[in-house]
Formats: sequence, structure tokens, C-alpha cells
Amino acid sequence: MSAIAFPEPDARIVARRDEIIAGLAALVPAECLVTSRDERRAYETDALTAYRRLPLAVVLPRTTEETSRVLAWCHAHGVKVVPRGAGTSLSGGAIPQEDAVVIGVSKMARILDIDYADRVARVQAGVTNLGISNAVMADGFFYAPDPSSQLACTIGGNIGMNSGGAHCLKYGVTTNNLLGVKMVLMDGTIVEIGGDWLDSGGYDLLGLVTGSEGQLGIVTEATVRLLRSAEGARPVLFGFETSEAAAACVADIIGHGVIPVAMEMMDKLAIEICEAFAHAGYPLDAGALLIVEVEGSEDEMETQLKKIVAIAQQHGVKTVKESQSAMEAALIWKGRKSAFGATGRVADYICMDGTVPTSQLCHVLNETYRIVEKYGLRVANVFHAGDGNMHPLIMYNVNDPAEQEKAEKAGEDVLRLCVDVGGCLTGEHGVGVEKRDLMPHQYSAADLAQQMRVRAAFDPGWLLNPAKVFPLAGRAA
Amino acid sequence: MILSPTSESDIAAAVADAREKKTPLAIEGGGTRKALGRPAQSERTLSLAKMNAIVFYEPGEMVFCAQGGVPVESIEAMLAERGQMLPFEPVDHRRLYGSSGAPTIGAVAACNISGPRRISHGAARDSLIGLRLVNGAGEAIKTGGRVMKNVTGLDLVKLSCGAHGTLGVLAEATFKVLPRPEASATLVIRNLDDERAVQALSQALGSPFEVSGAAHLPAGIGGPDARTLLRVENFKPSVEYRIGELRKIVGGDVILYDEETRALWRDIRDCAFFAAPDPRAIWRVSTAPSRGADLVRLVRKSGEAAHFFDWGGGLVWLAVDAGGDARAKDIRAATAACGGHATLVRAPDELRARMEVFQPLPDAVMTLTRGIKASFDPDGILNPGRMYAGV
Repeated sequence: MSAIAFPEPDARIVARRDEIIAGLAALVPAECLVTSRDERRAYETDALTAYRRLPLAVVLPRTTEETSRVLAWCHAHGVKVVPRGAGTSLSGGAIPQEDAVVIGVSKMARILDIDYADRVARVQAGVTNLGISNAVMADGFFYAPDPSSQLACTIGGNIGMNSGGAHCLKYGVTTNNLLGVKMVLMDGTIVEIGGDWLDSGGYDLLGLVTGSEGQLGIVTEATVRLLRSAEGARPVLFGFETSEAAAACVADIIGHGVIPVAMEMMDKLAIEICEAFAHAGYPLDAGALLIVEVEGSEDEMETQLKKIVAIAQQHGVKTVKESQSAMEAALIWKGRKSAFGATGRVADYICMDGTVPTSQLCHVLNETYRIVEKYGLRVANVFHAGDGNMHPLIMYNVNDPAEQEKAEKAGEDVLRLCVDVGGCLTGEHGVGVEKRDLMPHQYSAADLAQQMRVRAAFDPGWLLNPAKVFPLAGRAA
Repeated sequence: MILSPTSESDIAAAVADAREKKTPLAIEGGGTRKALGRPAQSERTLSLAKMNAIVFYEPGEMVFCAQGGVPVESIEAMLAERGQMLPFEPVDHRRLYGSSGAPTIGAVAACNISGPRRISHGAARDSLIGLRLVNGAGEAIKTGGRVMKNVTGLDLVKLSCGAHGTLGVLAEATFKVLPRPEASATLVIRNLDDERAVQALSQALGSPFEVSGAAHLPAGIGGPDARTLLRVENFKPSVEYRIGELRKIVGGDVILYDEETRALWRDIRDCAFFAAPDPRAIWRVSTAPSRGADLVRLVRKSGEAAHFFDWGGGLVWLAVDAGGDARAKDIRAATAACGGHATLVRAPDELRARMEVFQPLPDAVMTLTRGIKASFDPDGILNPGRMYAGV
């Protein structure tokens, strides 16, 4: 038995499937409509693979106008819609439901405009995160948010989840790097919010839409900020005996007024798993590993590193290993960014995403071990230490329902702890279905009701991605 | 009547009472920005002057939480003591309005007030990570938190930031902060016209040298010669190196250090060149940097206007005659042509009462705006009309 409940499919909608498909087929060409059982299977889950729901149909519109027509039709006929980017959500944000139509942005995948004078790119929602950086890399620019799934995940999905990444310690998350969107509301209305300029003339709707998990509208175009790459970047490995020493070092670096571009941490099990996969030269004898990246000219990187190494030495660092070449640097990041995939080769896992005040990192880490052990499971930790965003990967066997339940319970206990020490349920992966029922632990009934009323101002009928984010019981209209 | 609550529950009670009596509230911090926004006619003022406690400050986590009525000056002093700062350099509006009192952190959050460093370090909305607010139903609402990464639920923090108190009374605000840079210097390039100046600013901002201020002051603004200004803030050797590299790219005549550079950027931040008692109306227009100079040219076509640029050319401050519609028609048309949004930052009350002060919104966005307002403040108790009629 699985712990996360999905609403009972609306039998009246399911019974009208043929009529709904005929209605959609009148709006888009056959190549944009997925109806066969086999082809729909490709859309039945996302990166929260323990849960699967076959959608009624999948529509892949080619333009904003097509998206608008499809949404307007669904609105008029009371059909629920689940928006989808690349389906890489770790929180089940893109998992469909049997009585809903999936609208995917994969056919809107063009970069529309790149402007270096204003340092912005205008892209369609289905462009991948890395696709933007790749398009401007040769000219020395990049798009800053860099989720681990950046090879596959789309900018539309990134906006839906307000995605982060390893380098947001310095460069911020999606919401800090987004200037404008073109978006279609549930009733088909097309709105443009922001543009290629800074800030908003009215309410900050852009800030509201970012991270709204596809509940307010479907983004079809985005204008993002481009940043100029630093002269050089160098990741350095610091091996510590214990996680405590590594965490204390992180706090001390920040305390000295040094903000590296990234400060990533791995515990022993994560080091072993990632090293076996990437052969990045991670120190296998270390109890905890920090990847600290500095940027700037050669001299600037040297100066910063000297400071950081001196601080690390005060915390008893055992190994310091600077990348000596671009290839070594890439390997170091490959190990970190493939942590989820590498763990997936060892076992099935669920990845938690709570964020805690950095002073609580050690406490939460130790408690995480204790909690997971209590359930008789194993956990590997890779996380963004600089901003307190934890990623415990709780390993279990997906074919053993009892073990899956234990893993989910352990995850819930860890997230409750994150909230109790002053943190939050999710730093960058989103609430989705996974953490939906924990929301009352972080928010009061009044807090949630206020969020739901705002949601309803966009989608009064609760047709857009309705099974996500807010607990199923007690929904306000 | 002035209400001065001392706690969040006091605020909630005051709002609930106002709602009961259907008496709107004007929400006020230090009262230095009364002239920002449309003038509101409210019998009652809810002052946050007595909500003036620091809730916590954790330098090691680079975060603090303060009640809405804490003066910005107190916060800046508290942060400076630990070598930290507000990243977004909030504007102090006292010089522009000739107002007195102490600007508060709550108003900075409510009005999303950011200065020159916005271009490199984000706006107030980018540093604001948590709020406790009282909505128009008198309910205390928490949104966001105290950690830097948080995507738990809808981001009502950003929605409230810049809503000018029309959605909630901000009881507490939590901001992330940054280390104060060790050194700061400004490269000055003289005698460029607007186009060439903005090009130079764009080149510098497109370089790897992390420019944290990029402004252009045409001849007659703060001095006889046109000055194009590029600021770098960092550790001392980096500042030297980066200013040197920038100079190779864009040229440059003079380098300003220390108090000279700080004073100059304070003037730019606060729009000191058009300070009261200058009687002209002031507009603040945000556009794409490469269209800033075009926008000014369009405005100039139909009448006189003084101007300067911040944010690499993307923020245009305009001073125009306060008569008639204060050039609203021309400036709105130029903004529409170039893209962006324009706010009438300073004009007589009588003028601000009869025209749009903030950027007029397309119908669909206005519908959403009204829906959001109603979801927070169903009876229109909080700063009604401050941003838009009926909002």
C-alpha cells in the first residue's frame, strides 16, 4: 500500500474519454495528440517513479495560441489539466491523473532571441535548462540556475518549480534569474508578465507564478537573464574526518565574508557511490567531502582559495585537492551532479529536499541517520551546504511495499524535523504530491487558506494540476 | 485617528475592527514615503512605529528578522557591526520628497525598494525570504521563512513585496544579507552621449568583472560634464584588478575611492539631483538597457525633460514640468514603445489623485490583480486605492 493518496478519478470524465479526445483532435493536428495506451505510458510518471497514473490523453501544443485553445476547451468542458515539462520532477509535480489531460511543452523548444547588450534570452518553455547555457557559452555567457537534471529539464518546468542548483549560493534560483513570461491561464487567456526589463509595474505576478507548480497557468515563453561567465572557475575538494568538521568549516567560510560560488557536501556513503560512478578522485577515506568552487582571475582564485584552505585547516581538513585542468573540474562536478543517478544504480531511493538554517546542518544530519536507521534503511547525503538545502537519499527496494512505506515514513520524519528547526519542507524540488500532506506541519490553516484563495484567483474551478501542493482535505475555493 | 499597535495580535485586532466598521486604514511606517503612490483618503492610520524590535539576527547564517517598524538605519548599523549589509541598497526617499522621519524596513519590503546594486544583487524582493503579515480579514499569515531556499507553497513573499501595503500589514520581515565588501571604487568616463554611455555600461556589465553599479549622469546632472560610472565592490586587490580590466574595455578618466564613491552612489540611489524643493514631477521608468536612450529621445520629442540612467541604462529617472498631466501621455507612450513600466514617483497630491501613478495594467492582468486583492482583503480595508483604483 502506498502512502500518498490520489483523488478518485472522476468517473463522468473518464466515461467521456472518446468525446474529449475528439474535441482535442479538432484543435491540434494528430502529431500533437497522444492517445494510445502504449504512448501514454511515457507520460504516466516523472522522477517520483514509485507512483504512476495513466493520463486520459496527452496534448503537445506547438504554439502559445494552440495551448490557449486547448486550455479554453478543457475549461469549457470541465476537464482537468496536468502541465508537463520534461517530467523530471522529484516530488511528483508532473504525475498525471486518469481523469486529466497532460499538456506538455516539448514541441515548443526554440530559442527565440539572444541579446547580449541587454543580457537576456527569450526562449520557448520546452527549451532545456542546459540548452540555454549551451547556446550562449561560446560567447562567454551562461544561464545561472543549474539543477542536476539540467540536461533534460525544461525552462517551463524550472519556472513551475522555481528550480535551484549547485551554484545558487551566489547566483540565486530561477525566480532571481527570470524577467518575464508569456503564460496561458486555465480559461485560455494569454497574459504577458514582465518582459526584458527589471521588476514589475503592479503586483509581482512573476514572483508568484515562479514555483507555483503549474497551478496558476501554463508558461509557454520565458525571458531569462544571461550572466557573463567568470574569467575562471575552480572546484576544490576538501576531505574531512567527520560531517561535523565539514559543516563547521562551511559556517566559518561564510563567517569570514567569503561567499564561494558553490559549497556542496557529501557524506561517506555518497562519496563512495559517486566515486564508483564518476571516478572523480573523491577521497574515499573521508567521512565528509566539501566541493567548494571559487571564481575569478588566476590571482583572485588563488587568494580566495588561500583564505578557504586556511579556514579548512583550522577545522582539521585531511585532504585538499584542487582541480588542475578543465577536465578535472568537469569530473568533480560530474560526480556531484550524477549523485542521484549513481545512487539509482545502487538502490531505489526517495530524495528529500528540506532546507534548514546552516547552524542546524550537523544536528539535522545526525538526526537523519538516526531516523533512517530506526526504519532499518540506509541513507546517502549530498547537499547544498552553503544554503542549508539537504538532500538525503533514502534507499529502499521499490518492489517491497513495506519497505517503500518505511522509506516514505522516514522521509516524512526528516522533513518534519527540518521544519521544527526553523527550515522548510522543500528548498528546490517543490511540494508536488510527495509533500502535499505535510504542508499543515509548516503552515497554519489560515496560511494555507490564503495561498489557496490566491490560487483560486487564477483557476477558480481547480482544474490545473489540482492534486498537488495543497492537502486534498479542507480546500478553500 | 492614529493606531499604534505593539504586537501582531494588536495589528490583527485593529484590522478586524476596521473591517467590522468598514473604515479603511492607511498603513504607515516612518511616514517618509507618504507621497509615493496614489493619495489615499483614510480616516484611520495604522502606524507601525511601535513595532520596532529586531526578532533575530544570525550573522553566521546571513539572515535577520525585524518587525515592520524598525528603521532601516538601525538595521544597517546592526549589519555593519558584523561586516554585513543589505545587498539591494534601498533608496532613502527623504531627499526626493523633502520628508522627515525614519524610513522603515517594513516599507522597504512593502514597496520593494531597491537601489543601484539591484542590477547585480537583485531587488529587495530577491533578498526578502519571509514575512508575517496581517491580511484584510485580520488573520495573521506566515509566508516564506528564514532559509535561503524555500519553494514550499505559493510565494506570497514576492507577491506582498511591492504591493504597497494593499495585501497585508507587514508585522515581521526576514531578509538575507551579504558580507560588506572590503573595498569599493568607481571608474568615471567623461563626456559620452547617452547612446555611447549605455553601450559602455552594457559592455562593462557583459564583462566578467562584476560591476555593481552602472549609471550615466548627462551633463548638468550633478556636475557640468557628462559622467558614465562603473562601480566595483570586492576585496581590495580584486577591486584594483577589475577596475584596471574595465578600463581596458571602456576607457575611463578618473577612479573614485572610499567616501567619494560612496557619496556619489548615495546621490544616484536617492535621486538627489532632483531633490526637493525642486518642483518638477519625477518619473521612474524601467526598460531594457539598450532602449533607455531611445525612451528619453521619445520623451524629449514632445517637451523638455531632465534625466539620468541607472541599472546600466535600464532605469531612467525623468524630471518634467509638474503642470498638466506631468507628461504622463508622452511618457506612457514612450514606455509602451520601448517596453517596460513607468511610475510617477513625485507629483502634487491633486495630480496623483486623478491619474494612474503606477503602470496601467492590461485587462487580464488587472482582473488577476483584483482577484488577488480580494483574496487578501475582501472588504478593501488596507491602503485602498494606493496602487490602483479599487485595489
